[in-house]
Amino acid sequence: MSDPNLLTSDVEEALRAGVRELLADKADAATVLGRVESSTPSDLDLWRTLVDLGATSLPIPESLGGQGVSWREAAVVAEELGRAVAPVPFLGTMLATAALLTLSDDPHAQDALKRMASGESVVVLAIPLSGPVDGPLARTVRSVADAGVADQFLVPADGGLHLVEAASVQPVVSLDLTRPVWDVTFDDPGVRLTGSGESAVDSALLAGSALLAAEQVGIAEWCLTTTVAYLKQRYQFGRPVGSFQALKHRLADLWQSIVLARAAALNAADALATSNDDVRVAVAVAQSLCSTVAVRAAEECVQLHGGIGMTWEHPAHLYLKRAKADELALGTPGRHRAALASLVNLPG
Amino acid sequence: MTDVRGRVKAFLAERDPATTDRLDFLRARFDAGLAWVHFPEGLGGLGLPRAQQELVEAELAAAGAPDNDPRRIGIGLGMAAPTILAFGSDELKQRLLRPLWTGEEVWCQLFSEPGAGSDLAALGTRARRDGDDWLVTGQKVWTSSAHTARWAILVTRTDPDVPKHAGMTYFVCDMTDPGVEVRPLRQITGEAEFNEVFLTDVRIPDAHRLGEVGDGWRVAQTTLMNERVAIGGRSIPREGGMIGVVSDTWRANPDRRTPEAHDRLLKLWVEAEALRLAGIRLRQQLANGAPGPEGSAMKLAFARLAQELSGLELEITDDGLRYDDWTLRRPDMVDFTGRDAGYRYLRAKGNSIEGGTSEILRNIIAERVLGLPSEPRVDKDVAWKDLPK
Repeated sequence: MSDPNLLTSDVEEALRAGVRELLADKADAATVLGRVESSTPSDLDLWRTLVDLGATSLPIPESLGGQGVSWREAAVVAEELGRAVAPVPFLGTMLATAALLTLSDDPHAQDALKRMASGESVVVLAIPLSGPVDGPLARTVRSVADAGVADQFLVPADGGLHLVEAASVQPVVSLDLTRPVWDVTFDDPGVRLTGSGESAVDSALLAGSALLAAEQVGIAEWCLTTTVAYLKQRYQFGRPVGSFQALKHRLADLWQSIVLARAAALNAADALATSNDDVRVAVAVAQSLCSTVAVRAAEECVQLHGGIGMTWEHPAHLYLKRAKADELALGTPGRHRAALASLVNLPG
Repeated sequence: MTDVRGRVKAFLAERDPATTDRLDFLRARFDAGLAWVHFPEGLGGLGLPRAQQELVEAELAAAGAPDNDPRRIGIGLGMAAPTILAFGSDELKQRLLRPLWTGEEVWCQLFSEPGAGSDLAALGTRARRDGDDWLVTGQKVWTSSAHTARWAILVTRTDPDVPKHAGMTYFVCDMTDPGVEVRPLRQITGEAEFNEVFLTDVRIPDAHRLGEVGDGWRVAQTTLMNERVAIGGRSIPREGGMIGVVSDTWRANPDRRTPEAHDRLLKLWVEAEALRLAGIRLRQQLANGAPGPEGSAMKLAFARLAQELSGLELEITDDGLRYDDWTLRRPDMVDFTGRDAGYRYLRAKGNSIEGGTSEILRNIIAERVLGLPSEPRVDKDVAWKDLPK
């Protein structure tokens, strides 16, 4: 097996800079906080701009109106969206995109991909974000991410994947304010797409997990950077708090774990982009590690900000909620390690 | 512009590694400028970017060329050579670098002292001027290879009346001088990788001084920076190193498995794999000419992983209550895979101490990578002789 490419290209860095600039402009912390408390928690203006920038159609082939690049670029976008905890339906649509790409012989699937690439409609994969996803689906699917802005759903049922409009989409009170979940009910079987629903969902979970790992790196980095900046400026006992060794060591350890998490996330995105045989191991490793690191970074961020970290005004809580929700999404670290155990022959 | 690949091919055309004597081959390689291509011409290099070295190594390895055993002579290559290059006279460079690189002369470093480990600048080994020479007296510790070394890099105190960082001077020390006494330092594993070195009126010519008198701290920084840059040439395979040993032990001992140990093993497996990937990424950065500070993260992570893995291994191994051999040995290098689990457990304790403790490394990361302020210093403006010891 040759080494994966774990560097980011100039093109990827240019994409990152573009997305980051847009988010600095349209999704600063105060804006995000105001948005998630409103009746329309998803920012569809920002989503529209991201669509126009091409950021949402990166893995869709050019023949279907997409950018035709790879999941590596999509991972760069995911990381930046994580850094800003931007309330846009990126994860839900990427899950649908990955599922549809495996069924792209079907004209309905092609049509759906075209509409997604142009931003004409939002299609979301109807799976409970916190799984498990291997049972038979009920008529009501609980806790579907990004469902509130979806025009259509991809519903796994009877071994196939159905393109359906929902009968009802019920908002629930979500732990993660920036990626709320909804309960979705279906009564119309819709259009059954040609091909295996199971393998479509499997591909979606792999792609979604790799993107989630990138997002988690973005979250962790924001938490580290913000905490470091605060500890340089906050004085107690006549010294910047960041000069105390006990705190420096915690931040050094956090930085160290982010270095490993970043390598793992890049590897997962690269394995996905190159359709590598190793992709399952790469994704299980990345999800197991990056979930844990992002949660720890957010928890340290709250703790090391002291009282400020507990307030609603400070954005730390948005990151903690997103990080913890991401840890549960598409399989907890424990589930990914259980998958890994059989992949690398380490039985329990 | 030099075509390195062409140079290597031309060199190999003249000397078939299969029929040339090992030392002759290595000496010729040095003379051809293919030892370390980023060194100047005439000193084993071609004045090329460091990144090109990897290409040379790959070509030569493919041709079956002998290697110069960098693990055994790591201190010379990683620490002494760059310092000699930066601060040595032309005569010193000509005399020392070739046998250093070929491994004909082994090097050790005389830095740490019983009272100056992490706080290197606290050291008290005295060097006093005596005509054209210096006379050095003191004690050093944790010295790997001292018993096989021909030369040492040595940091001494030349002025106790100024603050500690200002009164140090750096030398090349001849280990065959009668004032040098090397004693094995038996360690936790039973063996003696390290030594204590007692220096009694060791006579060092002033021509063997590296850098100015009183500038030893800055010279030592060059040495230590280079120690941190040195990373291995090739990427390790998945389950390479300790994680592979422990995973195999797990596979071989179904009776000793518990759910708790299983979860620990999997967590460590994930981290070991991520550490391996971080290494690949760092090498790719290096080849791109833009290495980041990730090496420090890797050292921290490696030490912790090695300790946790070797602890777990003892629990899942067939009979962790036994030890393979307590006899005093003098190994050339650490033998992590040739010994039993108990040895690995004990030896891994050194991973968070040697080459800079994990605690000091965290300070360095916090200050140099994250930009956090340093702690207030009480030793900065006080003469060395007045500091509490």
